[in-house]
This record gives sequence, structure tokens and C-alpha cells, in this order.
Amino acid sequence: MADAMLRTENLGISFGGLKAVQDLNLEIRRQQLYGLVGPNGAGKTTVFNMLTGVYQPTFGTFYLDGEELKGKSQEKINHRGIARTFQNIRLFNNMSVIRNVMVGLHNQPEFRCTPAESFLRLPRHFSTEYAMRDRAKEILRIFDLEEERNNLACNLPYGKQRKLEIARALATNPKLLLLDEPAAGMNPYETEDLMRIVRGLRDDYGLTILLIEHDMKFVSGLCDEITVLNFGTVLTQGPTDRALSDPEVIKAYIGE
Amino acid sequence: MSVLFDGLSLGAIYAMIALGYTMVYGIAKMLNFAHGDIIMVGAYAIYTTMVFWGKGLWVAVIGAAVLCTLMGILMEKLAYKPLRGASPLAVLITAIGVSYLLQSLAQLIFGVTPRPVNLGSFGSVEILGASIPVSTVLTLVIGAVLMAGLTLFVNKTNTGRAMQAVSEDRGAAQLMGVNVNFIIMITFAIGSALAAAASVFYLMQIPLVEPLLGSMPGIKAFTAAVIGGIGSIPGAMIGGVMLGVIEKICLSIDAIKDYTTAIEFGLLILILLVRPIGLLGKKRREKV
Repeated sequence: MADAMLRTENLGISFGGLKAVQDLNLEIRRQQLYGLVGPNGAGKTTVFNMLTGVYQPTFGTFYLDGEELKGKSQEKINHRGIARTFQNIRLFNNMSVIRNVMVGLHNQPEFRCTPAESFLRLPRHFSTEYAMRDRAKEILRIFDLEEERNNLACNLPYGKQRKLEIARALATNPKLLLLDEPAAGMNPYETEDLMRIVRGLRDDYGLTILLIEHDMKFVSGLCDEITVLNFGTVLTQGPTDRALSDPEVIKAYIGE
Repeated sequence: MSVLFDGLSLGAIYAMIALGYTMVYGIAKMLNFAHGDIIMVGAYAIYTTMVFWGKGLWVAVIGAAVLCTLMGILMEKLAYKPLRGASPLAVLITAIGVSYLLQSLAQLIFGVTPRPVNLGSFGSVEILGASIPVSTVLTLVIGAVLMAGLTLFVNKTNTGRAMQAVSEDRGAAQLMGVNVNFIIMITFAIGSALAAAASVFYLMQIPLVEPLLGSMPGIKAFTAAVIGGIGSIPGAMIGGVMLGVIEKICLSIDAIKDYTTAIEFGLLILILLVRPIGLLGKKRREKV
């Protein structure tokens, strides 16, 4: 498919003799909300780790907008347009909320400012600092976190930490956002709110989103297509409703 | 009064060196035991430019700063970068190796005999009724300016924020597009430049260069960094100043002056017993 934004070709990885993921073929279209589901240990986060350069795939490869990204370093892949959140939150805990977002912003071309310029405190240093601050506030506003911007990240309540992680990833200006269990541990109200935000990211910012989630209401409410993994292999792929009612999938989740 | 000033300026020297230890530890998560020897490199650079080439102090200072910075970057690229991700013990041993390498190189090039280097006389000024050498005042003022500059740099700039992010969670920072290798390089460069500044002020106090010159101030500054809480920038400053003042006070009291070093390290043990993470250290949550 020519208009696939992310395409993986027989992507797989083995650790020693264990094939953690094998033969994964994904095609995600621009502005699609795509789900990756499966029981614990199915290899979902491993897929994210391969797509972001944390792990080097043993087999296959993947492309973003036609460019092969396999073998590129983590920060290069991020610069090319893939950003992610983590299953167990990994914020910069002892930094304020706005600084977390500003770290995400720091590689954007419009905010580029060499250490030498900062060191000499040239006017460009101050203008980029102000511009970054404004942009960071704008991003925080999407997540309703603007009021909290000067609090330390570790002092935020859990649900807001989850949202801040997405905000920080968004700040790196990705084309494709990978969300690893974004709704985990959220109450129904927060989940509802998050669904609205994720939809907004697609509609208002043109993002393509691949998400891992166990909350099936969340998945079927958001994703139009999903891939179900079990023990590292694809169980089924396709439109969400059909895939979730697949007897194989039900068997994998609740047994025979 | 003059004891206090002496102590503060020695403390400023320790603090400048301690900052190098603490920043490298905070960001690269390693103890760079060769850091003290960078002071020695700076001191020999000053010696060579002033005594061999007969240049003035300013040329020597700039030369030392440039050489030390390059040395720090080179050390990181050649010795530590290949070990990124290796066990902390391997990195630690490498650092000790680099330290011996630098010391031996200095012995090969310059011999083991201490050589005098005269930075010039600065006279003294009257402050609050005490006569204080200008070099002491210079150390204090420039030390304070450098530390304030560093604090601003870390808190208010892009690179500083990225440094903080790498220190908090290297993996996450990398995934947010932070170029970790570049940040670690910058950290070594800044630490080494501060060590170069420390070498200038050190020579103002003790105008002798020798290959092992860096080891004692290095260990003292490391102690200061641990007392302040290693990884914490204000901690290194406080620890350094505290240690310098205590050292000078002990040295001024005849009854205990022979035990000065013992008292300093005793203080370290005491503080670690009460507060194992140091004065301003942060508790790190175990990551699973």
C-alpha cells in the first residue's frame, strides 16, 4: 500500500533462542488510530521498543513514510518522527511539568540554539527561550495541564502524569505517536477524557497513533483497526470489531 | 577573619573540582577518577606556557582552559564512550587507568621533580581589618561567578535542560530526541574547563607543579561532592566550600592541625552515617 505511513516487513526479534516477536507486518495509514492488543507477554511493548530503536530487530525491517528506520539510533528515529510514551511512566520526575515538555521541544529546528549562543546569552537565546515557553504552554493546554506547569512532575496525580507523558512526546513533533497503555490505571472518567484527547490529536494535529491497551472499551472506542498478538505472533489483524470477536482471540484471552 | 577568607577560597577551588565529579556522575552515571588529574594537566599547561614559552598569565590561563577542555572530551571519547552500557565496575577501573596514564605521561614528559611556577604577585587588600591576598579574593569572586554561570546554564538553557533530563532518565531522554552522546561530551567539557580554572587558583596558592598534583585536591573534591550529595550541583558547591573552610580552620589551630585530613574524611564518614545520600542528594527510586 503506497499511502502507508508506517510499514513493517516481517519484523521480528529473538532474545537468545526465544523469538519474542516474529513476522509482524503492519500497515498504518496516515491519521489512523491503530491498536496493538494481546495478553500480557505477547510482545507488544517489544514491538514499540523495536520501532523506537531501543531494540534492534533481528529480522525484517520497518519504514516511516517510505524511509527505512531500522538500525537508526533512538534519537534519530525520534527526529524522523516517531515518539512514544511508556507503560510504566518515565517522566523526568524532579523537573517541573513545563521543563519536561521543553526537553521534548529542544530539538525542534525553530528552537535550535547552540550551547555557545546560550553561553554568551545572545539575543537569540532569550527569544528562543520565550518561544519555547509559549509553545510548551500551548501543548500543556491541550492536556489541561497548564495550571500545573510549575509543579514537579512527580507530584502530579497519576492520571495527569500519564497525560504529561503524551504531552512530552507530542512536543518532539512526531508524525507517529506510540502510546503504551495510556489508560492503564485511569478511572472511567479519566479514560473518557483521554479518548477525547487522543481523538483530538488525530483530528486537530494530524497525528497517526499506534496504541497498546488492555481496556477493550478504549480500544474499540478509538481504533478502527487492530492487530492482536499472542506469544509474539500475529493472531489476527483487521477492523476492530471483527478482530475482537475472532474465536482465536477470545481463546487467547480467556482460554478455552 | 583571614582564616575564613582562606577557607572560602580553598573551598571555591574544591567546589569547582567537585562540580566536575558531580556533573559527570549525575549525567554519565560514572565516577571519573581521572578528573583530579585534569587539574594537573592544566597546571602543566600553565607551567609550559609561562616558563618554557615565556608568555603572560592570560595566555597561560586560556591555554590551560582550552587544553583541559579538549582533554576532557578526548578522555570521554577514547576511554569511556566505548564502555557506554558496560558494567559500572569496568568503567570505574578504566577511570583509574586513565588517571594513572595521565600521571605517568606527565612523569615521562616533565620528570618527577616538582617545578616552581610563579604566576606573579598580586599584593593584598584590606578587608574588614584583615589583610587578604588579592589572589584569594580573585579565587572567591571568579569561583562564585563561574558557579553562578553554571547554575544559570543548567537551569535556563536548552542544553542545560537536556543535561538534567539525561541525568533523570537517560533512556527516556534519548527517546525524546536528546542526543545523549553530545550531552555527555558537553558535560565532560564543562567539568574539565572548571578543573582548568581550579588549576589556576591552585597554583596561586601552591606555586609548584608535579605529576601527582591533582590527586589530593581530586580526592578532597570528590569527598566534597559526596558530602554535598553526588549528582547535585548545589550540593557540590556547598560541600566544597564547607570542606575548604573546615580545612583552613583546622590548620589554624595548632592542637589539631596535624589531624586536618583525618578530620575531613571523618566528617565524610559522619555525614554518610547520618545521611547516606549526602546533604542535598536525592533519593532515587528503584526502577523496575
